[in-house]
Parts: sequence; structure tokens; C-alpha cells
Amino acid sequence: MINDNKVAAGENAGTGSSGHTATPMIRMSNVKKSFGDKHILRGIDLEVKKGESLVVIGGSGTGKSVLLKNILGILEPDEGTIEVDGHVTTHMRGRARVELMHKFGMLFQGAALFDSLPVWENVAFGLIHGEKMSKGQAREIAVEKINAVGLSAQRVADLYPAELSGGMQKRVGLARAIATSPEIIFFDEPTTGLDPIMADVINDLIVESVKGLGATALSITHDMASARKIADKIAMIYEGEIIWCGDIKDLDNSGNPYVEQFIHGRAEGPISKHSDFAKSAKSKA
Amino acid sequence: MPFTLVLNIFAAVGQSFLSFFAAVGRLFVFAAKAVGHIFAPPFFGRITLKQFMDIGYYSLPVVGMTTLFTGMVLALQSYTGFTRFNAEGAIASVVVLSITRELAPVLAGLMVAGRVGASIAAEIATMRVTEQIDALVTLSVNPFKYLIVPRIVAGTLMLPILVLIGDIIGIMGGYIVSVHALDFSVGSYLKQTFDVLQAADVISGLVKAAVFGFIVTLMGCYHGFNSGRGAQGVGAATTNAVVSASILILIFNYVLTQVFFS
Ligand SMILES: Nc1ncnc2c1ncn2[C@@H]1O[C@H](COP(=O)(O)OP(=O)(O)OP(=O)(O)O)[C@@H](O)[C@H]1O
Ligand SMILES: [Mg+2]
Repeated sequence: MINDNKVAAGENAGTGSSGHTATPMIRMSNVKKSFGDKHILRGIDLEVKKGESLVVIGGSGTGKSVLLKNILGILEPDEGTIEVDGHVTTHMRGRARVELMHKFGMLFQGAALFDSLPVWENVAFGLIHGEKMSKGQAREIAVEKINAVGLSAQRVADLYPAELSGGMQKRVGLARAIATSPEIIFFDEPTTGLDPIMADVINDLIVESVKGLGATALSITHDMASARKIADKIAMIYEGEIIWCGDIKDLDNSGNPYVEQFIHGRAEGPISKHSDFAKSAKSKA
Repeated sequence: MPFTLVLNIFAAVGQSFLSFFAAVGRLFVFAAKAVGHIFAPPFFGRITLKQFMDIGYYSLPVVGMTTLFTGMVLALQSYTGFTRFNAEGAIASVVVLSITRELAPVLAGLMVAGRVGASIAAEIATMRVTEQIDALVTLSVNPFKYLIVPRIVAGTLMLPILVLIGDIIGIMGGYIVSVHALDFSVGSYLKQTFDVLQAADVISGLVKAAVFGFIVTLMGCYHGFNSGRGAQGVGAATTNAVVSASILILIFNYVLTQVFFS
């Protein structure tokens, strides 16, 4: 199923960005994950080079969030291997896992803010507890990051998450993900629920985090405008496998009917015939 | 046909036995892990202190009311019973012994299971459902250390203190009824009280309290942490935490009484 395009694009991208990247920052080979008899990931092969921004696209419920959680170690794959910066991390536990987590920043799809803590402590959490920074210093960085995501720190820093709108919570989640300046950042639908202007602010911020700080990014989005802005490469997941992976510039002439249907948002095409959603929609009609 | 029915019944019974033992095993692993994390740094002192307040201080009114009225009703009931045998003099000992050995720890344990166990389960289950626990992990913080250890430590240490205060209030309740409603003389009632009061009785009650505090917070954490998905998961976690903690308290109360007084 895997397109030849993937291999070609994968080899080119590294040389374009930083040159010395023989080992990819993230590599998944044949990763499988099931919940009961629901086979969500059915052999994922994916590589992200250092300093590269990869965007994963794919239908709702195809396992994009599950894919991120497998790399993070929140879920454990049933089969296959995951390597981070050349080290196998598939079943890593304990102290080694905690050390590995220092490399990661994650924006959750539902923000996942700690509702017992004020906004600034949410953003500063990784600095205070993970990096053992003093509270005063951590607050300064938190305020800076809150402003960077387009919120007024003066107004929101001491509010609790429940007092914010969904889009504001999402941005606080983003501020928390980048607060520790991690090497690898995961964004699960960073622009969902934001107005178009704020979405673009966030896109710029992601580009800046990746290009400015040299981080590696793996994002998930349904927002094709956002994908085009933040991606160096695009991968499409369908039925538990990566069916296409290539440079963003090749997206419009991928020659892959699944990708074409997805990026143009057409109801008719190869995807609707198989997806669960289409089945249930038909049976209702 | 009847034979397969019998077989099916056996299969169902066997199945539920197996899943029961699996559940007990999971609980033991969870408890061992939690206890292990109590003694290994990093420690979250400020968060633990907050739990001392939440679990200890804010349970004081509930526990105080419970033991006060229990002491009062004990005096009243034993008076109506004992006057038939001219044994009114035994009221003070009944109050002291029942409160310190049994009623203060058990009732405080059950009340705290309802108040604290439920809220721990609901809070942690909500954190699980909204991925806050996953978020902790990605921020390099172990959820056992950050969420579970502070609650279990606070529960185990605070319940004995609550029960000690409950002992005093309960005995006072008996005193108030005896002296003001039943016309005992202050001097003789107090003398009887202090004659029967023994450190061993109080201490056995406090040990029970510590065990119950551990049970309540452990069950709250366990059911919250392993909660199912969605609002339904949170609801089920809360119910399971309260029910299992209450039943375990009653079982362990019997076991501990057997150990202490036989
Ligand atoms: N912990 C879990 N237990 C059981 N099933 C799960 C679990 N996590 C995810 N799933 C299932 O895996 C499938 C994929 O979920 P996932 O959240 O990865 O979808 P997604 O691609 O991120 O979709 P969306 O674009 O809507 O966010 C879903 O069918 C979901 O029900
Ligand atoms: Mg998702």
C-alpha cells in the first residue's frame, strides 16, 4: 500500500533542512495497536527527521491521536518498534521513560489543562516539576508563552481553565506544550476551535517553534490551510496504515485518489465506500 | 439440555471467580506500587499538605457530628436498657468502650468514604477522562507521586487524628446526655469514665482508623485511576469507590477486632 513517493521524499527532506541527520528523530516501523477487536493501527511506518515538521492527515477516528500516544508512551504498541533519536523506546519504562519525556511537548486534542491549577501554573507546570525551576522564574516564562499564543497574560494568568473558552484553553495547552522548549513537539489539532485569524497566529507560532528553536514537530490536523502552512511533509493515514507520505509541494499532484479526495473534501471517492461513518450514515438513510 | 444448563452455570460461576481474582490482583499491584512511591523521591509536600486539609480538616464537622450524636444515643439507649437491671453505673463504660473501640473508627471511616472517597474517585476519574493524567506524564511527572501518594498519605495519617477527636466528642456526647438529661452526678460519671478509659482501647481504634483511611483513599484512587471513558466512567468510578471502601472497612473491622481482642 505504501507509495514509492514516501521513500523518495524521506531521503530528500533531511538533506534539505540540516544535513547531518542520518538517524531520524522519530521512526515507527510496523506499529500495530488494537483495542479489543478494533484494529486501529495496522502497521504504521513513519519517519520524522530532526528539525522537520510532519503533518498527519486522515479521517476522524482513523487513529491519529492513538498514533501520537504510542510515540509518547501513553499507549503501548502491540507490535512493531518506535525509535526516538536512535533509541528504541517501544516498551521503555521507569526513569528512562521520564528522561525521554523531557524531550517531548504535547498539545492534547482537548487541551487537557489541569483544572485545579490557574492558567499560569498550567503553563509553568513542566518547568516547575519537570525542570525543577523556581516558581518566580517559571512564572516569567509562562507569562511570555501565554502572550505568545495571543492571550493577555495580565488578564488570564490567574484565571482557572474552567473560566476560559474552548479556543482559549487550546491556546493555553499550546503554551504549556512549548514552555519547556522541547526537542520534539506534538500538536493534536492545534487550530481546531479557533477563529481563522487566531488559527493563523498559532500556525506562525508553530512554524517559529520549529524553525526558530530547531524543534521537530509532528502535528495532526484536518485544517488543510494550516497543514500547508506548517508542514514540510504530509502523511496520510487510512485504515491503520500510512498510505501516502511526501513533501508538501507534492501534495496537489500526489496521484493518490485517497489523498485527492481528502484534501478537496469530496464526499464521493474511494474513502466514503469503506469508512465506518459512511456505513452508518447509509444504514440510517 | 439440563446438562448444558448446569455446565453453563458452572462456566458463569467460574468466570466470575476468575475475574474476581483478577480484580483483586490488579488492586494489590496498584496498592504495592502506590506504597512503593510513598518512600521514593520526588515528594510533593505542598500538595500533600493540601490533601491534609481536604481530607482531614474539612472532614472534621462530619466526623464530629457523627460521633457526638452516637455518644448521646449510646447513653440514652443503655440507660433505658440498664435501669431494668439497676446497672445504670455501666453507662459510662458502654459509651467509652463502644466509641473508642468500634463506633468512632467505623462510623468515621464510613462517613469519610462517602465524603472523601467519592470526591477522590470523581476527581481522578475526571482527570483520566479529560486526559489530564496523560498530560502529567508528558510533563515528566509521575501521576502516582503527584496524585495518589499525597491522598493515601493524608488519608492514612489524618483519619486517626479525626477519630481521636471523634473519641473525645463522642464521650462528651454521652456525658452531656447522662449529666443533663439523665441526672447523673458530674463527679461519679467522670470517675467511671476515666476508670474504664484505657490506652489500649483508644490505640486499637486509632490503628483501625489508619487502616480505614488507607482503604478509603486507596479505593478512591484505584477506581478513579482505572475509570472507564466518559461521564459514565466517572459515575461508575465514584459508586465503586464508595461501595468497595465501605464493605472493606466492615470486613477489616472484623479482622482487626479479632486480632486485637482475642
Ligand atoms: N483508550 C482507548 N480505548 C478504546 N478505544 C480507543 C481508545 N483510544 C482510542 N480508541 C479508539 O480508537 C479509534 C481512533 O481514535 P483516535 O482518537 O486516534 O481518532 P483520531 O484519528 O484522532 O480522530 P479525530 O480526528 O476525531 O480526533 C477510535 O475508534 C476510538 O474509539
Ligand atoms: Mg484525535
